Amino acid sequence: MIHQFKLNGYNIVLDPCSGSVHNVDDLAYDVIELYKNKTTEEIVNFLLKKYASNSEITKQEILDCIDDVKQLEAQGKLFTKDVYENHAFDFKNRNTIVKALCLHVAHTCNLNCEYCFASQGKYHGDRALMSFEVGKRALDFLIENSGTRRNLEVDFFGGEPLMNWSVVKKLVEYARSVEKKYNKNFRFTLTTNGMLINDDVIEFSNKEMSNVVLSLDGRKQINDYSRKTITGVGSYDIIVPKFKKLVEARGGKNYYMRGTFTHRNVEFTKDILHMADLGFKELSMEPVVCDPNDEFALTKKDLPILKEQYELLAKEMIKRNKEGNGFTFYHYMIDLKGGPCIYKRISGCGSGTEYMAVTPWGDLYPCHQFVGDEKYKLGDIFNGVTNTQVRDEFKLCNAYAREKCKDCWAKLYCSGGCAANSYHSTGDITGIYEYGCELFKKRIECAIMIKVAEEFNGNNIWRKIR
Amino acid sequence: KRIQTLETRDLKSSLANGGCGECQTKTSGVANQKCENCN
Repeated sequence: MIHQFKLNGYNIVLDPCSGSVHNVDDLAYDVIELYKNKTTEEIVNFLLKKYASNSEITKQEILDCIDDVKQLEAQGKLFTKDVYENHAFDFKNRNTIVKALCLHVAHTCNLNCEYCFASQGKYHGDRALMSFEVGKRALDFLIENSGTRRNLEVDFFGGEPLMNWSVVKKLVEYARSVEKKYNKNFRFTLTTNGMLINDDVIEFSNKEMSNVVLSLDGRKQINDYSRKTITGVGSYDIIVPKFKKLVEARGGKNYYMRGTFTHRNVEFTKDILHMADLGFKELSMEPVVCDPNDEFALTKKDLPILKEQYELLAKEMIKRNKEGNGFTFYHYMIDLKGGPCIYKRISGCGSGTEYMAVTPWGDLYPCHQFVGDEKYKLGDIFNGVTNTQVRDEFKLCNAYAREKCKDCWAKLYCSGGCAANSYHSTGDITGIYEYGCELFKKRIECAIMIKVAEEFNGNNIWRKIR
Repeated sequence: KRIQTLETRDLKSSLANGGCGECQTKTSGVANQKCENCN
């Protein structure tokens, strides 16, 4: 299996099962496309006809190119076979440890965002704040179930976690007090809408939080349409100055400004660039996850526009980077030289096995997007995982669990994708959220194109035929 | 040359190391995950 695409003037060939990426000229692009379905003679005849007006393309040139492709195939860098499915992976029987918890310290919120999957922070239940005792037990549960792993990750989440800030601080202090004893290193993340950020939050977060996720939807009119206070006031003017102060105090590092785009702002690149122009450089913007009947839900007609937006974004990022005014976009930050090993790529995101969400009263769910759905309750922090059937279902939830994914070039980049999105769109965690797949594939193409552009410093010397 | 190959991690050879498990685990993959031993 290979994947070929043309983007921003580059001809790119991806060999998904080896991870190889090739930047090729037009002739090589055509040769690779024909290589598996035509004989050498047929390829030569077809391409001599196609490039008849180009005196540089001779029979020998084509034969040399075919030979190059053969060599790459022999080196395991083209047409690499998928040997991973038949490898002795027994996912159900593998021992998993818990690496990370999403602590729902507040099932309440001071904003009333229209698209909130958590139903204004309440997760379709009652308002609640996590007590220190429940939080402490959750951290102990993580320590007890993390085996010999040293780095443990905890995300303070909600609702709005700053509505329970004193407990957050006490939990961090407790974790730090037991790190040495258990040979653990806690890495904390805070996800906040910013409304309650003050000097104390900034100082404590910059000392203790490895990462801070700040919610902003971009331009003021876009943000304020969706992200309003309980009394209906837009949040932009309140949160942007606070975010600026926090990011500046962090030295501009270890944060993400994360937005959501909906049917109302399909031209979401404008919102990303607005955030970059405000001085925020670590950015992420995600498609809304909601009922397809919601008025802000993304539609089929939006899809080609969204794909074009991802391409526009990639091109703008290359341009700004050259000008010394670059910014990062979460989904384009792939590491081709040292990215995840094959085991990670096959085993999936870790929800329900390595990662769990904890409710304010201590129930465990596979991830934050399943909280409140009783049939996916895994157990609780006092008795551990008791619903092993659900846990095993998640152990098997990966790229090879979906028949349709087996021939997809992107499966080792998404590992089957987000179980929650699959569940909410198809009713099955191993279903396929086609819309999300389309966007994901476009993002990966753009991310790879950026890497190719970086490698060649913006000069594609391989376009000699044009 | 008509084909320029980028330097990339060979996924097949990463099969041999057995997976160290040190990799990390809000709405949308594994492509950009960090691992102390990988990246």
